[in-house]
Order: sequence, then structure tokens, then C-alpha cells
Amino acid sequence: MNLLGKLTWDAIPFDQPIVMGASGGVILGIVSVLAFVTLKGYWPYLWNEWLTSVDHKRIGVMYLVLAMLMLLRGFADAIMMRSQQAVAAGGAQGYLPPEHFDQIFSAHGTIMIFFVAMPLVIGLMNFAVPLQLGIRDVAFPTLNSVSLWLTASGILLTNVSLVIGEFAKTGWVAYPPLSELQFSPGVGVDYYLWSLQISGIGTLLTGINFVTTILKTRAPGMGYMRMPVFCWTALASNLMIVAVFPILTATFAMLLLDRYLGFHFFSVDAGGNAMMYVNLFWMWGHPEVYILVLPAFGVFSEVSATFSGKPLFGYRSMVAATMAICVLSLLVWLHHFFTMGASASVNAVFGIASMIIAVPTGVKIFNWLFTMYGGRVRFAVPVLWTIGFMVTFVLGGLTGVLLALPPVDWQVHNSMFLIAHFHHVIIPGVVFGAFAGYVYWFPKAFGFKLDEGWGRRAFWCWFIGFHLAFMPLYVVGLMGMTRRLQHYDVLSWQPWLLIAMAGAVVVLAGIVCQILQLVVSIRAREELRDATGDPWNGRTLEWSTASPPPAWNFAVLPRVAERDAYWAAKKRAPAKKGQPSRAREYEPIEVPKNTPTGFVTAFFAVVTGFALIWHIWWMAAFGVFGAFVTLLVFAFRDADEFEIPAETLAQFDRAHQTEVAL
Amino acid sequence: MNVAVAVPDLKQEAFVPASEAGPAPKRIVVAYGFWVFLLSDIVMFSALFAAYAILARATAGGPTGAQLFNQVNVAIQTGCLLISSYTCGLMSLAIDKRRHAATYFGALATFVFGAAFLGLELREFASMIAQGATPQRSAFLSAYFALVGCHGLHVTAGLIWLAVMMAQVAVKDFRPNVQRRLLCFALFWHALDIIWVGLFTVVYLMGVAP
Repeated sequence: MNLLGKLTWDAIPFDQPIVMGASGGVILGIVSVLAFVTLKGYWPYLWNEWLTSVDHKRIGVMYLVLAMLMLLRGFADAIMMRSQQAVAAGGAQGYLPPEHFDQIFSAHGTIMIFFVAMPLVIGLMNFAVPLQLGIRDVAFPTLNSVSLWLTASGILLTNVSLVIGEFAKTGWVAYPPLSELQFSPGVGVDYYLWSLQISGIGTLLTGINFVTTILKTRAPGMGYMRMPVFCWTALASNLMIVAVFPILTATFAMLLLDRYLGFHFFSVDAGGNAMMYVNLFWMWGHPEVYILVLPAFGVFSEVSATFSGKPLFGYRSMVAATMAICVLSLLVWLHHFFTMGASASVNAVFGIASMIIAVPTGVKIFNWLFTMYGGRVRFAVPVLWTIGFMVTFVLGGLTGVLLALPPVDWQVHNSMFLIAHFHHVIIPGVVFGAFAGYVYWFPKAFGFKLDEGWGRRAFWCWFIGFHLAFMPLYVVGLMGMTRRLQHYDVLSWQPWLLIAMAGAVVVLAGIVCQILQLVVSIRAREELRDATGDPWNGRTLEWSTASPPPAWNFAVLPRVAERDAYWAAKKRAPAKKGQPSRAREYEPIEVPKNTPTGFVTAFFAVVTGFALIWHIWWMAAFGVFGAFVTLLVFAFRDADEFEIPAETLAQFDRAHQTEVAL
Repeated sequence: MNVAVAVPDLKQEAFVPASEAGPAPKRIVVAYGFWVFLLSDIVMFSALFAAYAILARATAGGPTGAQLFNQVNVAIQTGCLLISSYTCGLMSLAIDKRRHAATYFGALATFVFGAAFLGLELREFASMIAQGATPQRSAFLSAYFALVGCHGLHVTAGLIWLAVMMAQVAVKDFRPNVQRRLLCFALFWHALDIIWVGLFTVVYLMGVAP
């Protein structure tokens, strides 16, 4: 028996200069960051204040950091694909051989959905939901930390595949029979499956945590119809996580059984059914789209109300539309494969159901427009992202209605038209929304605003670059170009792909602007400082506490009597702004202790995942055992909370009130 | 005549709707969260059930359910699991009354009947494999072993959990967090019964129907 399973020196692709260069760069980057932290002596701070933190605000920030880093990785893949397709026309083969190109588009999709879009929205929910609900943390803070670190484990494993072994060449959906052992004998699909199984458990735990938080722990008086819309969309999103992530887990488990133990769920022989995988995958996959986009809709709702100085138009219809989308999204999965060969009636049912989703989405668009109508709109950066989203998303949604027509879908199925469509909804919907939320809540998280000028430049580069990059793809799609082509013979496609390449470069300029925005803002943080905790004249409870908020968020839990609770409080007592309206009585509060449980569990999850990928069975057993012992240590600890005395709360609160008054 | 009119001086503020009452007590929050987890677990099983339903006839020329399933064995298994659920209920009552001996006894009975269920299931698996009815034989058997095996894994996890909880009662007594965990364990154990009832019907009863 080999002690290291399938792992040998051949696993490291020494013969591929591009991969080795990229790996070298990543390793160098990690080593230099670690060296910097060590030399500066930041480890105790990093460990005690961040890595072991169970504070929802810090966990949210760490999710966003992970997402931004992985955005760079996913974008590097994107620009490689664009440049390959820009040159590989006619007889040319470009610079990426097929087996490398296949890994790039698979990794791009996997990373962008699971490790950029998901951490972006989960990070924002983590940061904002408890503050908006007027409470001190999520329902299960330690579980929240475990979720974060399991997501990080999945991310780490995916990136290890760059250096050791390979990633899947199956596309981000990993359809069998291609993804079966018979046709994909390498470790690529195993990296894909175990990364997503581990991070998927993290996501499911997040869903459970937030459903419980929103339904059971709101501040006194915060009835359902008084919740901020972002909390409603977060509730819908997390309900869907609970409803569909287990399907993905089960589906991947079946594929793993096929690959590891020779089961026949999706195989071509012995009665296996590959289309069952496709159905199950999209039963998760379609709701996933709305898991991502609904919280972004929530951000747009908060931003349009705040910066228009008006309450959100049609709050109840917004809530109804959100919950309608939540239910409808579970009923349309088949439109991802009308070409499966189901009967015309089945296709018609799913086609009509898909088109119906456009109705509640349209309701939302009109609500945002009417919120802005007649308001005093301040065109700050979050508003730019919001307006950019509305203009772009409506068009992307329309091409979606086109694709929902089965006869049209048969023509453009798996073509570049489809690629253009889903980027056209996900980028403005999710990414613009997350950027709006990032600029909007940044001053709450760190106490200073982000630089306005670089924010505008970033927006315009993204907005223009996006259209340049994706509109041409509709055209080549209608000209017959299918997705995932490493090279092609039709020379008339090339000009359009060159334009798309130029668009990708403009988006890159947008990303550079965002990095500069962060650097410039940190250096100018004293000028950008916000002492009030309410830089945008906000409406919801997160703006009523200090920026950054203390670990306990609210010294005294707010009493909510209406919607837009903080706005109402400001209106009630404008003269006494900065003075607590009544003498506050402080009571000591219990705060959960920081714990390395999440981090250690994730360490063992990575060990287990890596061992399973390479068939190193003793190491897998060790990893599972380690995770179990970690759980036991956590379960048997004696003190899990510590008390913050009333005097500390009172002192902090008074200091904040004085600052506001100044 | 309605009650509110009959009691004229009842104050309006007295009626705070449940949705505005503020954060729920920790016991409620924990149990609620665990319910949500159980629902997600049932969704996972439903995917396995769906796969089984689709592949149930895909025997690829191999043995069918009617040829393999032993009704007597399954009936005894079902009995063991249901009795263990009953003893788990007795254990919960003992925990509420903070009676150590009764708690340990209830846990022991639950453990023994759960382990008996698992033993019978493994014996059934072993006899099927000995006849050549392995999960690699056909898609039907793949789906069968995955679905029933997943339930068996849950029972195994439950037994380990129960053992750990008894150690916690011994070391830490009935602390609030130990009590909450025992409550979650009871919910988990009963949920496994619900899944078994579905499994018993779909796999073992419908499996032998012509």
C-alpha cells in the first residue's frame, strides 16, 4: 500500500510554464504576507481579534475579504479565456492548450459562483442583518465562525489544485457521464466535489443560523412588517439555502459514490441515469441564482430609500415580491435543459413558470424607480451602482424571458448567447449589488468612508467594460458560436471577441480603481472619518450605533415601534439629537467568547478533503477523528460566555453620544 | 358578544404580538434552529428518495427488491427503532424531572434498541452482498444502499451523540446547555423514525409490490 495514495511528484505540473508561473506568484504572495505578519508581530492580534472571532461583524468582513481575493483569481481566469478566444481563430491554437483551457473555464465558474458571489452576499448579510434587527449577534455565533472557516477550506482546496494536481475539466456543473471516473480519471473532479461539499456544509449552517436569527431573535417591537427589506431578502435567501443546499450535497454524494465505490447513479451502464444528475443539480442551481440576487435586491432597496430621503415605495409589495420569487424559483429548474427531450407540455409548464418570475421582479424595479421619483436623490457611489444595475438588469432579464421560450432556447442552448445572458443578470444583479453594499456599509464597519472619486471611476469602468465585454457575446451566440471553445474556424466571430477582450481590460481597470480606492481611503482615513455613526442620514437601526460598532452592537436593545426605526427616532427628537431620549438603564450583558473551534475544524476539513482527493486513507481517518475531537473539546468547555459590566456599556455609550453631539 | 367587550378595562399594551416580543429564550432559539436543521436533513433524504424512486426498476438484469427483501427482518428492525423512540421519550421525561438513574436507564435502552436496529440492518446488507447483490451490481442497488445506508449512518451518529451526552450528564450534570443538547438529540432521534417510516413504505413495502 502506498502511504501517499495517488500523490506523487508527477502531480505538480512542472512542464506547464503558465501554471507554474501562476502557482509561484500565489505562493510568493502568501509567503510574503505571512512574513509581513510575522515580522510586524501581528499574529496575536490577528489570532485573538479576527481568526477566532465569533463576532458577526468581523466574520462578515472576513467573508468579504475572501470574496475580493477570489474575485481576483476568478477574474484572472476570465481574462485568460477572453484573450485565448481573441487570438485562437482560423488555424491558430492560441496560447492555452485544451486541457488547460478546460480547467480555466471550470475553475472560473466554480470560483465566481461559490467563492465570490456566495461569500459576497453572505458577508454582507453577516455584517448588516443583526445590526438592522437591533440585536447583538446571530443566533449561533460559534456556528457562524465554523461556517466561515468551512467556506475558507473549500476555497483553499480549490486553489491547492492549481499547484498539486489539476482542477475539473468538466465545466462548473460537472455533468456526468463526463465527470464519471471512466471519462475523468484524474483528481480534478474530486477537487471540485470535495471543495464544494465542505464549503456547502458551511453555507447550509449559515442558512440555518440566519433563518433562526431573523425569525426568533429580532429586537423588541420589530414585527415582520417592520423589518428592513434587506432582512426580508436575507430571510428569503437563507430559506432557499436550507431548502436546496441539501439537494446539492446529496447529488454530489451520489457522484462521489459513483467515482469512489463504483456505484451506478449516473453511469452509462447498469441502469444509471445521467439526466437525473442534471435535474438534481439545477433543483439546487436555479434557486441558487436567487439566493445570490435577492440580498443584492435588498441592498438596492436600502440604498434607494436612504439616498432619496424617502421611505421605500411599496414596502408590502416588495416583501410580497421577494417571497413570491423565493417560492417560484423552486419551480423552474427544468429551463436549464429544455433540450433534455421532455414533452412539449413539460417544457411549456417550466417555460411559463420562468416567465412568471419576471412579474415580481418587475414589481421591484418599479418600486425602486418610484422610491427615487420625487425624492432628493444624492448621487453617491452606492446610487451609481444601483442605477447602473437597474438599466443593465432590465435588459439582461429580457434576454432571460427570451431563453424561457423553449423553441428559442433550442436554438441558442449552450451558445455564447446563454453566456451573455447569465453574465448580464449576475454581474449587475449580484456584483453591482455587493459593491453598492460594500461602499454603503464600509463606514459602518471601519468608521471612515471610501474615497468618492475612485469609487466613481471604478463604477464607470465596470459599467462600460461590462457592456463591451458581454454585448458582443450575444452577437456571436446568434451567429452560432457555442460556449467553451478553445479555438474556432469562423473568422467572422473574431472582431466581436476582440471587442469582448477590450471590455475585459476595461473591467480590469475598474478592479484596479477599486484597489486604489481602498488604499487611498485608508491613507486618508482621518479626513474621511465619520464620528456620528450615521454618514448617509440612514433610516435603519445599524446607523443608530457607533462606527465601528462595539462588540455588543447596542448597549441597550432598541425598542422598535415602526418601520425605518432610526429615521422615526431622528424625526421624533430632532432637537435632542445626540441625547438619549430617556435615561438609559444599562444591564450587564453576556457575550460569547472567541473560540478557535471554527478554525481548527476547518483545518481538519482541509486535511480530510485533501486526503480523500488523493486516496490517502489514513490521513482522511486522522482528519475526521481530529474534527470529532475538536467538537468534543468545544462541547465540554465550561465557560462559553463572558460578562460585560454595565459600567463599560454606559461609558462607551456616553462617549459615543458626546461625539455625535459634537 | 366577544370577550374583549366583556372586559372593558383591559389595556391595549397587554397584547404584544409574538412577533414583537423581542428575542426568544435560548431554549426556544436552539430548538428552533435544530428544527430547521432537521428540515434540511429531510430535504437531503428527499433527494435520495427521488433518486431511489427513479432507479427502483433499473435492476440491469440483477436481483429485484421482491427477491432480496426479508419482511420479517425489516419488521423487527422497525420494532426496535420505534421502541427506542419510546424509551427516548421516557428519557426526556426523566431529564425534565432531573432524575439521573431514570435518564441513564432511558438512554441505555435507547442505545441498545438503536444498536439492535443497526445490527439487523448490517446483517441484511451482509447477506445481500454475499448473494452478489452489491451496490455495484445495478443502479437500483446503488440507490438502495445509498438511501438505507444514509439512514443507518444517521442512526450511528445518533448513538455516538447519545454516548457523548451521557458523558456530559455524568461530568456536568443537567446544566442548561446540556439540557438543550438533550432536547435536540430527542428531536433528531424522532426525526430518524419519521424518515424510517417513509423508507419502510417506499423501499420495503412498495419494493415487493408486483
